[in-house]
Amino acid sequence: MYNKKNARYYHAMMLPGVIFLIIFSVVPMFGIVMAFQNFVPAKGLFGSQFVGLANFKRLFMLPDFWRILENTLVIAVSKIILGTLAAIVFAILLNECNNVMYKRFIQTAVYLPHFLSWVILAVMFSNIFSYTGIVNQLVTACGGEPTMFMISNTWFRPIIIGTEVWKEFGYNAVIYVAAMTGIDPTLYEAADIDGANRWKRIWHITLPGILPTIILMSTLNMGQVLNAGFDQVFNMYSPLVYQTGDIIDTYVYRTGLVNIQYSFATAVGLFKSIIGFTLLASAYKLADKFCGYRIF
Amino acid sequence: MLKQKTEPRRRRKRTAADILVSVALLFCALICLVPILNTIAISFSDRTSAAMGEVSFWPVNFNLGSYKAIMEERQFGQSFKISAIRVVLGTSINMLLSILMAYPLSKSPRFFKSKRIYMWFVVFTMMFSGGLVPTFMVVRNLGIMDTLWALVLPTAVPVFNVILLMNFFKNIPGSLEEAAFVDGASPWYILWKIYIPLSKAALATITLFAVVTHWNSFFDGKIYINSLDKLPLQTYIQSLSAVLDPTAMATMSPEEIKEKLAMSSLTFNSAKVMVSMLPILVIYPFLQKYFVTGIVMGAVKE
Repeated sequence: MYNKKNARYYHAMMLPGVIFLIIFSVVPMFGIVMAFQNFVPAKGLFGSQFVGLANFKRLFMLPDFWRILENTLVIAVSKIILGTLAAIVFAILLNECNNVMYKRFIQTAVYLPHFLSWVILAVMFSNIFSYTGIVNQLVTACGGEPTMFMISNTWFRPIIIGTEVWKEFGYNAVIYVAAMTGIDPTLYEAADIDGANRWKRIWHITLPGILPTIILMSTLNMGQVLNAGFDQVFNMYSPLVYQTGDIIDTYVYRTGLVNIQYSFATAVGLFKSIIGFTLLASAYKLADKFCGYRIF
Repeated sequence: MLKQKTEPRRRRKRTAADILVSVALLFCALICLVPILNTIAISFSDRTSAAMGEVSFWPVNFNLGSYKAIMEERQFGQSFKISAIRVVLGTSINMLLSILMAYPLSKSPRFFKSKRIYMWFVVFTMMFSGGLVPTFMVVRNLGIMDTLWALVLPTAVPVFNVILLMNFFKNIPGSLEEAAFVDGASPWYILWKIYIPLSKAALATITLFAVVTHWNSFFDGKIYINSLDKLPLQTYIQSLSAVLDPTAMATMSPEEIKEKLAMSSLTFNSAKVMVSMLPILVIYPFLQKYFVTGIVMGAVKE
């Protein structure tokens, strides 16, 4: 029963939120014009010189750009793949444990890192990986030479990827644990009667049971391959590891807000936004097509 | 709400494999706690032992010096206060706007014709952004730079939370609403008297999400706030790790950096990190109770 009076209430309820979204999301989209200008704040958006695609040409000519793109892709894709594997393995382990109290204790410990900020975790990890930190204490105890992990181009990517997996594996496992509780218990009983061992039960019942969820989550993750994690990298990197650790987002921050090259940084940001949007939209489209998933 | 199965699925004797599973799980849990335990130990140790790398999981030469120093440091207290104000103000704005938007969006297009347009608009703002520099320009041109508003207004609408709440509202039986309409209730009355009381778990979930987000964010404080007395805690702590500050490091040689690393007050910074974690630890039991609802609400729907 459509009712005009009610609709008026609905519009009024939407209004405040929509205003905020317009100011802080839509208006910046018009600021994208800067990417095609040689923007000078004093002249404003309308007075600045129009330069067409010059900023993008400069971007693609830049040797730095391909390195940054590579860093972003390698870090983001490794995080997705290893993160998914770790979450699935952990969810299976949790599912195989029958002691409820013990499970609770484990979950309490494992979910905690998700809620801590990268500022805090970066301090913790720089302690751990420092020259005198516990990792180097262990290395020395085993007769090795201590390494400056955080400023080593060999170690920086593994540390970034590893600490992200560490932070999120428990949290990411929640969705798989939820999927496992939906598996029909009689399947396991039947398998027990047939004498299936633990591996066989995991392989033939648990994994197929959560396969739809794995496919769905992997599809949605496709939209994230340009998000290497700004907060994390920003808090853990340094000029010594730009070669392997500088990502698009940190590059945009430095060129735009530190070196005040507004137009160029906007162009780099736009490059990322467009590809990111395309990936995300395709991911949602695929998730809808193959898994019947819709965000709304 | 999703409940984890409480009855054991299969009652069997404990085998070697069961023990292996328990050990593997314990390993996962310990791995997650190692950095935190290490930081606690360092924060209670004396400076020299920490700098020499003698501390692992137990304080060496136990002392409370770092914590006393924090109590005496004006900036830490001020930043803590700013962060607390920001959490209260920011979360209130987030919740008010989320509730107001989620309710009309949960209506089917039959009852609210413009719903689809609004929905596409909201989702588009979630998926596409103008980027860092244009957003920064907007905040600057609004004249809210260096005020608390720069920290709470740009993220006033947490779109992800709106969608979570909208999905929750959708599952509330429409018959309740119809009955109220027949009695002459307005949508406004229905939202506050029927929908909100029935959505306590969902509201708790997104409130906690908003609190954690506001407490943990540091970057907006870094780019929008210049005065020290308005600096949020996470931004302040971030500025302390000067060793990792790219602009400062660019001018140093690896040897100098090595030296700096050893010199920086490990114990003091570790103590600051521990105190700044406290609010999260305090709400953690509630977080744990509700966030599973949130995740499942977000991913699995009718």
